[in-house]
Amino acid sequence: MSNRPLVMAAHDLGALFGVLADDGYEVLGPTVHDGAIVIEAITQPSQLPRGWGDAQEPGSYRLVERGDGAYFGFAAPAGTWKRHLFEPRAVLWRSRRDGDGVVFEPGEHVRRRRAFLGIRGCDLAAIAVQDRVFCGSPAKSGSGSPRRSADPVYGAKREGILFIGINCSDPASTCFCTSMGTGPAIGERADLSLTELDPALPDQHRFLVHATTDRGRAIAARMNLAVATDRDLASATAVRDGAIASMGRSMDTEDLPARLREAAEDPRWDDVARRCLSCGNCTMACPTCFCADVSDQPDVAAGVDERVREWASCFQLDHSYLHGGSVRVSTKARYRQWMTHKLSTWWDQFGVSGCVGCGRCITFCPVGIDITEEVRAIRASKSVPLEEGTAETGEKGHSR
Amino acid sequence: MRPVLYTVTSAKREMASTMTITLEPPRQVGIGQTGAAEPGAAQVGIAQTGVAQPGAAEPGAAQGLVPIAPGQFNMLWSWGVGEAPISASQSGLDGALVHTVRDVGGVTKALCAKQPGDVVGVRGPFGRGWDIDTARGQDLIVVGGGIGLAPLRPVVHTILASRSDFGRVALVVGARSAAELLFRSELDCWWRDRAITVRTIVDRPSRDWHGSIGIVTNELPRLEIDPGRTVVMVCGPEVMMRFVALNLIERGVAPEAIQVSLERNMQCAVGQCGHCQLAGYFLCRDGPVLTWEVARPLLEVREL
Repeated sequence: MSNRPLVMAAHDLGALFGVLADDGYEVLGPTVHDGAIVIEAITQPSQLPRGWGDAQEPGSYRLVERGDGAYFGFAAPAGTWKRHLFEPRAVLWRSRRDGDGVVFEPGEHVRRRRAFLGIRGCDLAAIAVQDRVFCGSPAKSGSGSPRRSADPVYGAKREGILFIGINCSDPASTCFCTSMGTGPAIGERADLSLTELDPALPDQHRFLVHATTDRGRAIAARMNLAVATDRDLASATAVRDGAIASMGRSMDTEDLPARLREAAEDPRWDDVARRCLSCGNCTMACPTCFCADVSDQPDVAAGVDERVREWASCFQLDHSYLHGGSVRVSTKARYRQWMTHKLSTWWDQFGVSGCVGCGRCITFCPVGIDITEEVRAIRASKSVPLEEGTAETGEKGHSR
Repeated sequence: MRPVLYTVTSAKREMASTMTITLEPPRQVGIGQTGAAEPGAAQVGIAQTGVAQPGAAEPGAAQGLVPIAPGQFNMLWSWGVGEAPISASQSGLDGALVHTVRDVGGVTKALCAKQPGDVVGVRGPFGRGWDIDTARGQDLIVVGGGIGLAPLRPVVHTILASRSDFGRVALVVGARSAAELLFRSELDCWWRDRAITVRTIVDRPSRDWHGSIGIVTNELPRLEIDPGRTVVMVCGPEVMMRFVALNLIERGVAPEAIQVSLERNMQCAVGQCGHCQLAGYFLCRDGPVLTWEVARPLLEVREL
């Protein structure tokens, strides 16, 4: 019985919050703020986006009333979990003048017990990607701390998170997680995975609960949940199949890293550069983008110098600045850097794709540039490889 | 990762905008803290104690970083200003660091203003430097343009320290003018010693310049080359490195035998901030030295 899925009535979500609070967890989850679903600290089910869905299109994000009681009936939230792990601004360390010396102080290393409630497959995959960037190795989901905490600031935030995932039921028109192999099902990547069933039927509104780690099982055990029936399992399967069927977009990833490597001079980059504003929205919305400025922010009068890491974007002109000028001056070069990094050179650096298929870059691009369409266009293009020497394909076994 | 506080023991002006600073590591005075661990404030007195590295805890012992290799760089920090990546212009010293800095921006200006007794924070060493071992038993051509000679100076020192390990060695140095020839007195010494061939060339000769005139590629045809056994190390402006490489490849040198040191914006130095990316490479970690075989297809794409 231990691994048999359980079932939890929707009105028992409050009890789940109670168990988490009793265990000292700060719960982060989706909530409506300023007309968008964002990720914030929440303490009760009423703060969840109940009854809200979203309509996401290239360059457009709108909340829509679903007309039912679903708590998680939306796609990738406008806000990312990223900002709670790799924060938009973090003080890495501080140094203070002290007589003839300098005293070092640590930055913000607030360690809290945190639960990420309602995280979906794409975003779990995104965290696994950033673990590779900041921890040097994938952190085992649910096992607590990453194996090697190369970046102590990220590591402190990342450590010990309890993941309560949600199998996505309502992908947006901009979603393509199935193409990237990151969703909609979360499988065993969370401590507890939920599937929301029958939100339109108040007396049957419930969650299928699958505990896949000891921590997850311990929490489920305290909630006295019933064992799921075959009907519950069939409903959950229908939710998953429905999500797959309604996936709005797709991307052909076959041999894509090599294809992009060969496409450095493709005329399509000129085409996208005519539309791209170089605003960097895609990089801010992206759950895996990790570029940052690392700088000193001194208060000389107070004798304090802070080493600060702040989100940066490869779309900024000064991102590639060297004395005398920037390497990537044109929008074409900056867009090419972003997209080829995401889909090609990320593999060289981290052994995974930098894109998880959440579609946020499409939704939050003010001019609606669609990465799946750009990939299609590059694939269709007749551009010739630069040189014989660079034309070898598949050398690193890049295809998934 | 916090800097280790080094003390400037000498600051030598090389030319108008270029300084060579020598840095001594802090001495342990028995505080016993190993500041490499992040949590907890660490009291650090200038010139006395430092943020110690693990594995070096004897009182009185130098608490420096691991030795820097030719072609590697450190992040040098001026308190209240910031950090800049600067390669070592001398290596193999007992704990001390030598860096030659050209004043091209805020941080480098602050570094160039350092005086003996001042403190410079150091993180490092970072990156992959010159592969000198592949040159052992081979001929070696070292080509430096402008400040690009600085990271190559430790290569020359290494060769001179075990001269018989190498075949013919030529050092070709280019500068805008004679006044901008870096390490000029040392170049004169090397030229007089004749242990290696030294050739200098400037493209804006003054009246008293009797040497070659032009850019470094003009000087290369004067070198006798056995392309099958020649290793090349080049550092200078990217365009200079490109033409040096093309010139030598035309004469039969293999692209994989040519090493170039590339420069990009570097902020974290540990492959996390993203600024130094060149295609799949983080130059702070995978570079700054790459072979021409690797670098050529990347540098041929404009604005990559």
